Parts: sequence; structure tokens; C-alpha cells
Amino acid sequence: MTDSLEDPYDDHILDHFESPYHKGHLANPTCSHSDRNPICGDQVTVELLVDDQDRVKEAYFDGKGCAISQAAASILCEQIEGKTLDELKDFQAQQMLDLLKVRLTASRQKCGLLSFKVLKTMLYGMDEQREPASSG
Amino acid sequence: MVLVAAPATAMIVRTTMTANSATFDVEVVRQDFPILHQRLSGDMPLVYLDTAATAQKPRAVMAKVMECYEQYNSNVHRGIHQLGDRMTVELEAAREKVQRFIGAGELEEIVFTSGTTMSLNMVAHGWGRKFLRPGDEILLNTMEHHANLVPWQLAAAATGATLKYIPLTADGRLDLSSLDQLLTSKTKLVAVTAMSNVLGTINPINELARRAHDVGALICVDAAQSVPHMPTNVRSPQVDFLAFSGHKLYGPTGIGVLYARRQLLEAMDPFLAGGHMIREVFLDSSTWADPPAKFEAGTCPFIEAVGLGAAIDYVNSIGLLQIGQYEHQLSVKAHEKLAAVPGVTIYGPSVDHKGAILSFTVDGVHPHDLSDVLDRRGVAVRAGHHCTMPLHELLNLTATTRASLAFYNTLDEVDALVEGVHAARKVFRLK
Ligand SMILES: Cc1ncc(COP(=O)(O)O)c(C=O)c1O
Repeated sequence: MTDSLEDPYDDHILDHFESPYHKGHLANPTCSHSDRNPICGDQVTVELLVDDQDRVKEAYFDGKGCAISQAAASILCEQIEGKTLDELKDFQAQQMLDLLKVRLTASRQKCGLLSFKVLKTMLYGMDEQREPASSG
Repeated sequence: MVLVAAPATAMIVRTTMTANSATFDVEVVRQDFPILHQRLSGDMPLVYLDTAATAQKPRAVMAKVMECYEQYNSNVHRGIHQLGDRMTVELEAAREKVQRFIGAGELEEIVFTSGTTMSLNMVAHGWGRKFLRPGDEILLNTMEHHANLVPWQLAAAATGATLKYIPLTADGRLDLSSLDQLLTSKTKLVAVTAMSNVLGTINPINELARRAHDVGALICVDAAQSVPHMPTNVRSPQVDFLAFSGHKLYGPTGIGVLYARRQLLEAMDPFLAGGHMIREVFLDSSTWADPPAKFEAGTCPFIEAVGLGAAIDYVNSIGLLQIGQYEHQLSVKAHEKLAAVPGVTIYGPSVDHKGAILSFTVDGVHPHDLSDVLDRRGVAVRAGHHCTMPLHELLNLTATTRASLAFYNTLDEVDALVEGVHAARKVFRLK
């Protein structure tokens, strides 16, 4: 059996899954949002600490689920720190998938994009509320 | 709660099943299922272990459906022309096949629906909303598929009736020890699955029907999983409502059956309204056609129904006892081999109390990841909550992986599953 058969589970994904970046909670998040994938029950919360220049100082996640959804959340947190909220609004799903560096089938893309979706919903929520309090 | 098999209590429910004279040859049977012979990406042969979600179709079913389209497709019960006549005859012949297959007393007791979900909603609407009163009780249990749970929640909310739940034993069977307290003159309906789509548990419909009837309640059986794998007879024990889907019985999608006793069908309200279900229509009111037409508003999926008839013929040609016996053999092997893999937990009763369904978890490998690794090896299983969120909540799990077997599966395919689980553990660096 060749390794390519199990290709989404390369060291990059497994390392993030086993030793995630910033898994846990911020003491005083500017905003936080959670969602679950109703099909499989995977669950992710993303919390951001945003400075007064609208720049993400720290990003944390917490969650339960498959290796892809949890590794993706870890990769997301690592990538978005230092970015401004405006930059994050331009952040596209395909860019998120590219960051994972593995080929995902259509059904697994839902796992890979769960934390991205949480982030996006949070950003829209902040826009609507026009106040940097915590959303859903 | 764990719901794991207790050591087998050696009550083998299938001792009464003896194979009939014709010998069963899985390789011969597999020739009837073209889909099973394909290669997937990576040149992997397909190992289809997801029959509980939907079954594969034998050539005979596809040929019959094609015959309808090519030779006599025409709306039923309508035009007086030769095609319409032939199509109607075929449709009613399919109804008769269903009637015999489940032992119904009358042809008119077989209602064609779009599937189990539609059938159960019809009961919850047409019977539940009409007859339930505040304070009445519906007796459910935690292993039910959402299709036999959510319609009752809506019916209860609409009528003021209350939902009660039969507890489960630690190994995932109904705990009937408290049934006397739960089943009272307030109980109007017991809604129960004949076979759990997750635990595989075969429920004692006989006893439940008798005890429900003793207190004047009705019983509604979700037979989606049992009908394809074991003989069904709605008159022994007498059940009041029974629902199943064509697509799990090796037939087409979009067709299902509601069986209900004639008096109930007559008393119930229709669910969908429109053409074919009426007797007379006035500007401000209408009267209903007799069952089953009363419940078959609009153009029914008549070709799918004929396909279901062909599927029943096919299943009968092999024999349900034969099918059940072979599937049980496979299931025993699968349970033995899978349980021997480190970190594996199989949920539900011991193999002799269940159908050929294995829902399991592997420590350190999420069900989604497991099914992904299996898929890359050609092994198709299902991961998730399988439309049983309350059951998974009870198990304290968000998801399980489910392998479900059918008579077209082989022992080699069971091995492929087990090897795949080993491979997944290796991918996740487990010792
Ligand atoms: C036990 C059980 N009940 C009901 C259903 C619903 O069947 P359908 O989706 O064909 O309506 C299923 C199938 O998923 C099932 O396994």
C-alpha cells in the first residue's frame, strides 16, 4: 500500500493535529465565534484579540473533530495573526485550501473550511454590529 | 453510557433459520450487481459496506425500470389507452408483490410513498394530528432514526401530547423492565424501529405490539433496515403501521411503502392533497378516495414502484432466510476481526441480537479520518451520526463509523475493512 493513498494525512496536517498552534482560549478575546458541521458534528471555536489598528494580535481556536478540521483551524490561527481585519475580509476559501497543502475531496473540503467559515461569519457579524463585542 | 456488547449470552435468534436447498454462492450473486465490479481511483476494487444507507441494485431492477421507459411509460389510472393500461397493471402488480412480501391482509393497505420518511410523516400527520389529545403519550426510544422521532415531536407539539422514552440497556437494546410503568392507558402509540440503523439492534416487535395493544395503544414500526434483511409479516405480530424504503431493498430511490390497517387508513386524514386522492371536488370542499388512493395524491412514482416490485422478486429468488443467514455469517466474522483491532469499540448488542451493521470507533482516529483512509483503499463506509443524534449523545460521541453488510459482500471484503482500520491506525502513528 503506497503512502499516496493516505495523502491528506501528511506530516504537515498530522503535526498541526497533534501539536496544534494556539489551541485553547484567550483571556479577553475581542471576538469569538463557534460553529459545527451538522453532517459530522465537527466543532470549532475561533477567538481573536484585535488591536486598535484592527490588526489581529492573537488568534486561538478550540474544537473537536477530525484531523482535517482541527489541523485547518491550527493553520488558520497561525496564518491570520498580524493580518488586518480588512485583509481577512479578502481572504478566500481557495487560499485556505491552498494553505492546507493537501488535496481534499469535495466532502472533506467542508472539514478543511470549517474554521475558515467560522472566521468569515465572525467578521460579518462584527461588521453588522459595528462594535467589537463578542458575537455568537 | 457505553452501549457495548456484553459477552454473548448465547441466545442465538437465528437457530430457526435453515438454508433452503439451493446453495448460496456469493460470486454468482455479485454478477447481478454491475456496480460492484468497478475499479475506483488508484485501481482499487470497490468494497461497498454502506448498504444501510442505500443498497446497490441488481440488473433485474434496472432492466425492469428500463423496460417501463422503453415500452409502456404512461401515466397510471388516467387515460384509456394501451400504454396507460399496461403501466397501471404493472403498478398494481407491484403493489401486490409488496402486499405478499410483508404479509398484508389486503391490497388496499399498501400505500406507495416516496420513502420511509414520507410514510412516517403521513402517520404522524394523518393519524397523529387528528387523534392525539393533550395528555396522550407517544412512547419512543433513543435509538430511533430522526425519521421516527422528529415527526412525533411535531405531532406532540401540535396536539399537546407528550413524548416518553423506553430506556436502553448498556448493550444497546430496549430495556423493557420499566415498560409497565411507561405503557399505560395514556399511551396512544409506540413508535419503534424493527432494526436500529446504528446499533443493528433487532427489537422485539412481537412483544411490543402485544403490550401496546394490551393498553389500547397502536404500534408504528420503522422497518427501513429490517425489511431487506429478515422476513416481515405485518399480521404476526399484528402491527398497525409499518414503513420502509425501496432504495434500501435493492430497489429504486423515490419509492417507499406505508402499510396501515384498513380501518386506520380510512380513519386517517390525507397528508398530501390534489389529484387522484379525491372522490368528489366541489368549490368549497372535497371528499376522499378510498385508500390507498387517498394517500397517493398526484402522480406517484409509478416506474419506481414497478422497480420495487422487481426488487422484491429478486430478493425472493434468493430467499430472505438465505440472505439473513449468509449476512449473519459475514457479520460474525466482521465482529470478531474488527473487535480484535487495538482501540476498536463496536457499539450495540452482541452479534446474535443484531443485524449485519457495525458502528464503531477507533481510539485516536476520528470517524471522518477513518472513513477517508478507508475510502482511499476503496472501502466505502459511512461516518457521522447516521441521523441519530440523541443516540450519539447518549453514547457521548459526536460520530461513529458504520460498516453495513449485505448478501453481496464477501469475507475478503470484511478483511479489506479490517486491514483498512489497521492502516488508518498506522497513518495516525498509533502503536
Ligand atoms: C431506521 C431508518 N429509518 C428511516 C430511514 C429513512 O429512510 P429514507 O431516507 O429512505 O426515508 C432510514 C434510512 O436512512 C433508516 O435507516
